[in-house]
Amino acid sequence: MHAEAALGRIGLWFIIMLAAIASAVAAADAGFAAHATIIAIVAFAMIWMSASRFDPMGKAQGFFKMPDGPSRYDDDVIRWGVIATMFWGLAGLLAGVFIAAQLAFPQLNFEPYLNFGRVRPLHTSAVIFAFGGNALLATSFYVVQRTCRTQLAFPGLARFVFWGYQLFIVLAATGYLLGITQSKEYAEPEWYVDLWLTIVWVAYFIVFVGTLAKRKEPHIYVANWFYLAFIVTIAMLHIVNNLAMPVSLLGAKSYSAFAGVQDALTQWWYGHNAVGFFLTAGFLAMMYYFVPKQAERPVYSYRLSIIHFWSLIFLYIWAGPHHLHYTALPDWAQTLGMVFSVMLWMPSWGGMINGLMTLNGAWDKVRTDPIIRMMVMALAFYGMSTFEGPMLSIKSVNSLSHYTDWTIGHVHSGALGWNGMITFACVYFLVPRLWKRGRMYSLRMINWHFWLATLGIVFYASSMWVSGIMQGLMWREYGPDGYLVWSFADSVAAMFPMYVMRMAGGLMYLSGAIIMSYNIWMTLAGKQREEAPLRDAAYDPQADRPIVQPRPEAVPAE
Amino acid sequence: MSDPVVEETVKGHKRLERNITLLAVATFITVSIGGLVQITPLFYLENTIEEVEGVRPYTPLEQAGRDIYIREGCYTCHSQMVRPFRDEVERYGHYSLAAESMYDHPFQWGSKRTGPDLARVGGRYSDEWHVQHLENPQSVVPESVMPQYGFLKETDLEIGDPAATLTALRRVGVPYSDNDIEQAEADMLAQADPDADPGDLAERYPKALIRDFDGDPDRLTEMDALIAYLQMLGTLVDFDSAAPLEELAEEKGR
Repeated sequence: MHAEAALGRIGLWFIIMLAAIASAVAAADAGFAAHATIIAIVAFAMIWMSASRFDPMGKAQGFFKMPDGPSRYDDDVIRWGVIATMFWGLAGLLAGVFIAAQLAFPQLNFEPYLNFGRVRPLHTSAVIFAFGGNALLATSFYVVQRTCRTQLAFPGLARFVFWGYQLFIVLAATGYLLGITQSKEYAEPEWYVDLWLTIVWVAYFIVFVGTLAKRKEPHIYVANWFYLAFIVTIAMLHIVNNLAMPVSLLGAKSYSAFAGVQDALTQWWYGHNAVGFFLTAGFLAMMYYFVPKQAERPVYSYRLSIIHFWSLIFLYIWAGPHHLHYTALPDWAQTLGMVFSVMLWMPSWGGMINGLMTLNGAWDKVRTDPIIRMMVMALAFYGMSTFEGPMLSIKSVNSLSHYTDWTIGHVHSGALGWNGMITFACVYFLVPRLWKRGRMYSLRMINWHFWLATLGIVFYASSMWVSGIMQGLMWREYGPDGYLVWSFADSVAAMFPMYVMRMAGGLMYLSGAIIMSYNIWMTLAGKQREEAPLRDAAYDPQADRPIVQPRPEAVPAE
Repeated sequence: MSDPVVEETVKGHKRLERNITLLAVATFITVSIGGLVQITPLFYLENTIEEVEGVRPYTPLEQAGRDIYIREGCYTCHSQMVRPFRDEVERYGHYSLAAESMYDHPFQWGSKRTGPDLARVGGRYSDEWHVQHLENPQSVVPESVMPQYGFLKETDLEIGDPAATLTALRRVGVPYSDNDIEQAEADMLAQADPDADPGDLAERYPKALIRDFDGDPDRLTEMDALIAYLQMLGTLVDFDSAAPLEELAEEKGR
């Protein structure tokens, strides 16, 4: 770095640090002060790094054994994205197991910072936005470069997107534990964190579209349509749903621009499409690139991908009201939401079919390739939960399932089965390529991961089905005397065994992710485990010989 | 890429696949429609914006309690939306009306009942019960899995600037008067202090409960604010009087 450039940079960070310290001192509440302090610490670290010409990225890259020198594509930010995906994945899953344990054993609540109500948003945001979001950032940068045969447009901005997004995650997560929340599910961060994410997201859009614009291929590959729809729609949803009036420009608290019914529908328009575009469109983009790559087959149907892309993004937006069945939302809106949710079943399965049929002619790989097996399981869970979703959106079914654990089970079969599995498969695909290693450290560990995760989901989903349906039935059960049979507390007590089983399922899923982290760590270290290969049939050289039968003695004729 | 011979043959969907601007604009239009059709009418339709007698903005103390309710993530386990089913109406009270949350920025309808619905919890239990239950839920409901919130009683309510809070709420449409905003801090202190003079608090905020809530009249704690909020939930509309029932009968779409 040149001296003037370094000095300029120090000056810039110094101003940011001073502004952050001033905000911390003048803050209207402790939470805002804590967040301003975090910014000041980051700024101070940046001053220190610039001043000492210390090359922190170089050291960190050495720590994670990243390859030296320029690569053909702009892969550095993707490697960071993969590491962040794994880190936040472990954090989010751990938080999930912790709150699952709290529901079975309430003694595990430690007031005020680790009470369930504060940790649950931490869990949901960590798995959706930190784990899923980093997977989307990393894979989108990887896929868009490969399919456009060009390097990232604005590589500096791409780094800003990555690190800016991590700052968003840290502010959101610490905010929840400090009690900074606007209580809109999956959009809990307060106004200033929302503004920061908006800046980061616009930068993300510029990098992604810029790269598409300078592509060397005439055609925009289908995966990029899905990434584009995800980026554009999330921007729209995020901005509208987070419109709010801050109490003070130096305080964390704000009040939503909408109230009551309007606020509820805006929130679930956002909430359902965070699922539809963050967890579906974005992850379908991953599927459209990595499944054909790993299977070494072309995508099954081009026509199907067109039809299901446009119908999926058109229909998803309408499905929000199914979160508000039988509430004070007008009936027509509820019914509209239900009808579109049921219709949504078809484009969802269009995506599943296109993914699964891509394996035509390569089905044998399910037996021999644990990464393909994960992808197939991910698509199977995608199909399962996109059938369950429309079913739950039918008003009469929803009258039983709403407010119960059935919803939680449904969400997790999608999140753990579809999003988790496809992300793991993509990371297993990416790590050897990004770090220029021949293969993962151990394929057998991937196999272990696959079975632990699958078994974990089965435990999770089935225990939540049982507890959800039981809850719903207990709440509405009348005795022959015409009175309600169960008090609410009875239904809580009845959940206990299911809550323990759910926790066990979560623990299995987490163990799989820990095995994966170890596997990645060893791959980065350049090691390959000596193990029996997965794809060979048994071979016994002793048996591999012609049968030599002693020739009968020639008996002279009498 | 811009070979005219090739461009000639590019028709239909292929044009979108080769033009990023076209693709982005088409995508944006496609995803905008649903929200516009569903959400916009809610700002105009009669039965989503009608007022029901009795519904009023929160007092500064209730609003402070509501902020604590949100801060602690109570909505992750408790809904505030009674559905029009026999069992729910019997268990929780009259089903919720749209108008009852018209001043709720943000709404707290919730999505999960790990604990019971709280839309009409106001007046169901004594203040003492609430204090004991929040300090140690299992001591009054042994089956409960609720966390303990004893720290609320130990923490003085941070008064901050209640006038700024009310001003922010007025900016997003809650009809606080200038007088309400001027007196916000006095109102907040007076509502939980049995010795103070509440002035015209009860006229400006009908049915406001004016008393010490947490059993410690010397201190204004977060417990005071939260219980003040819980005790007024669902109590504003008088479902037993004849007039609202008549209005209810006219409420369409349910």
